[in-house]
Amino acid sequence: MNIRTFRIGGIHPEENKLTHEVATQVAPLPKQAIFPLSQHIGAPAKPVVQKGDKVKVGTLLAEAGGFVSAPIYSSVSGTVLKIDTAVDATGYRKPVIIINVEGDEWEETIDRSDKLETVGAHPELTPEEIVNRIKTAGVVGMGGACFPTFIKLCPPPTAKAECVIINAVECEPYITADYRLMMEHADEILVGLELLMKGAKVTRGYIGIETNKPAAIDLLTKKCAEVFSASEYTVEVVPLKQRYPQGGEKQLVDAVIRRQVPAPPAIPVNVGAIVQNVGTAFAVYEAVMKHKPLFERYTTVTGKRLEKPGNFLVRMGTPMQDLINLCGGMPEGDNKVLAGGPMMGKALTSIEVPICKGTNSVTILSDDDAVRQVPQSCIRCGKCVDVCPMGLEPYLLAKLSSFKQWERAEKEDVVSCIECGSCQFTCPAHRPLLDNIRQGKSTVMGIIRSRAAAAAPKK
Amino acid sequence: MDFILTAVIVLGGIGLIAAIVLFVCSKKFAVYEDPRIGQVNELLPGANCGGCGFAGCGGMADALVKGADSGSIDGLNCPVGGSEVMGQVADLLGMAIANSDPMVAVVRCNGSCTLRPKVNEYSGLRTCAAMNACGAGETACGFGCLGCGDCVEACEFDAIHINPESGLPEVDEDKCTACGACSKTCPRHIIELRKKGPKNRRVFVSCVNKDKGAVAMKACKAACIGCGKCAKECKFEAITVEGNVAYIDFNKCRLCKKCVEACPTGAIHAVNFPASKPAAPTEPTEPTKAKEETA
Repeated sequence: MNIRTFRIGGIHPEENKLTHEVATQVAPLPKQAIFPLSQHIGAPAKPVVQKGDKVKVGTLLAEAGGFVSAPIYSSVSGTVLKIDTAVDATGYRKPVIIINVEGDEWEETIDRSDKLETVGAHPELTPEEIVNRIKTAGVVGMGGACFPTFIKLCPPPTAKAECVIINAVECEPYITADYRLMMEHADEILVGLELLMKGAKVTRGYIGIETNKPAAIDLLTKKCAEVFSASEYTVEVVPLKQRYPQGGEKQLVDAVIRRQVPAPPAIPVNVGAIVQNVGTAFAVYEAVMKHKPLFERYTTVTGKRLEKPGNFLVRMGTPMQDLINLCGGMPEGDNKVLAGGPMMGKALTSIEVPICKGTNSVTILSDDDAVRQVPQSCIRCGKCVDVCPMGLEPYLLAKLSSFKQWERAEKEDVVSCIECGSCQFTCPAHRPLLDNIRQGKSTVMGIIRSRAAAAAPKK
Repeated sequence: MDFILTAVIVLGGIGLIAAIVLFVCSKKFAVYEDPRIGQVNELLPGANCGGCGFAGCGGMADALVKGADSGSIDGLNCPVGGSEVMGQVADLLGMAIANSDPMVAVVRCNGSCTLRPKVNEYSGLRTCAAMNACGAGETACGFGCLGCGDCVEACEFDAIHINPESGLPEVDEDKCTACGACSKTCPRHIIELRKKGPKNRRVFVSCVNKDKGAVAMKACKAACIGCGKCAKECKFEAITVEGNVAYIDFNKCRLCKKCVEACPTGAIHAVNFPASKPAAPTEPTEPTKAKEETA
């Protein structure tokens, strides 16, 4: 078998998939659920409930606050305690809806049976209807970026979608939530993929999986043959060589269909690909077939020092503290808690932060892993240039950013950086390359935006 | 002998030709520059701080002369040189200049290490901008000073330094020229340019925390909790409470210090007032002086 991967750069960090074979547990309901209004890229959602309102599981809490936005549904039943602020994964206090949990009463519209619904049995599902149901259910990219899914299915008129690629790479160390989901809900994922293909009006589908998950590759290859052999759709499971950051959209498109996405503002659909996470495919299945809005997700809680790391099916709004307690509590000593994996995860300032739509993992790094090593002078070895999956020069971008040479940084394409952290991981001098590049990227993006804003009225 | 003579003639000839070419070029391709630009540039402080909004003093001088030609130099101000330098420039260009009050950078955060406990440790790049992008910082206050000293680095006049005890920046009033570089650099917009005030006396709210009272208080004992007591106390309508934080308008404040006494958390600071507490003599005189200054 010819095993593919992306062409430029990449690293292979220690995998540490501690919870690969730990079956998913259903996490207990929290006492109080916290719903940040900004769980997705785009405008924050607008609350439609008030203090004292009774809500059920699946009740709309907040509607989409703009085109690029997503509604938020309650994952618990109970009473709205207040609409207030609380610390979220960004580290700042943001508007949230807090609900006191009472019982577990679901909205009647949600189909709670385990029966597998197939697309063939539902002729009423036109592409428009599918996209509409995905939009109403508040489905966003579940891999962590949280981009509203329905927008991806409606590409701009300049681009034409040719295929849907399911991102089942899970290249981040430690995280196993997607793997467990594939092993436990393969049928639903394939129906989800079919819905996505129908919604995007394409007939080709790919599922990209890294070779460190052979069981998932076998299972999905077998199921695909069963499900899609007689249909109009062609779906291929593509085994990929383990390499970080293969789960990045652009890297995955390159690995699977051998096309390179140009520099921003180009997106994968400009080369014909729509990339969706496996978790998203599952959420799409539930949203369209079971009328179940997005309010729970698969999350890995992991760390070398944790007593019982595990995979959980967790209601959104559950504080991370509750999940950490389920795993045997916080280890003693210095810990760094990340929302996400060790490479792309966001270090948290509080463990009261709730699980949100994009929280694929809670990773706890302890002792030496929790602290950075002391940066030393750059020894010009060029390793960062070798590993950058976007073909950039990280040492140069970092330097330009620290010297505030924004124009030059823009010329060197700092906005193409996907913030994967490969450069910083590989740097033998432990230089804070990504910290600097992020500064440069956000500043340059601000400059580009203000330039566009200044140019707009003249037209 | 012949050799020496030839060398002298050849070299002398080349020199003469070059001199003629240079002379012709300097006359033919001369670029006219208004001599006033150079004169104005001489008057400006030459710090190239950018406080005026131009890249350096040269740019400012150019703009001043162009402004003078088009009839007005309003809106152009050298914060470093102040009214003295601007007066000289105005005289030179034959323009009138509106007198502006001297300003100074004011750090609006008093969450020192003791009042604002650390709740976590940051081990990334030690600049305020990077820390600000990562979250609230090492304390629970998402609005206060991060203490990495981006402002210190931005200051061209060595006028702002981090006090190692409090962890907060302090402005040297004598050195501060109110160029505003620190205020622009601070990612949390804590540093504000405020009127220097009569005898350098100022009253300001030393907090920008917009969280609700209880939350702000939990993060920092010296936070403004937005209770509004100061606004009630103020007779001059100088204080507004917006988004759970009070703000004193320095154009309206008469420095009576009533708000300082009213503040339950000590977030309002009065600086450069006499230390002893005979409040009676200072109060009546201050408002009149303030009036003179603002008039």
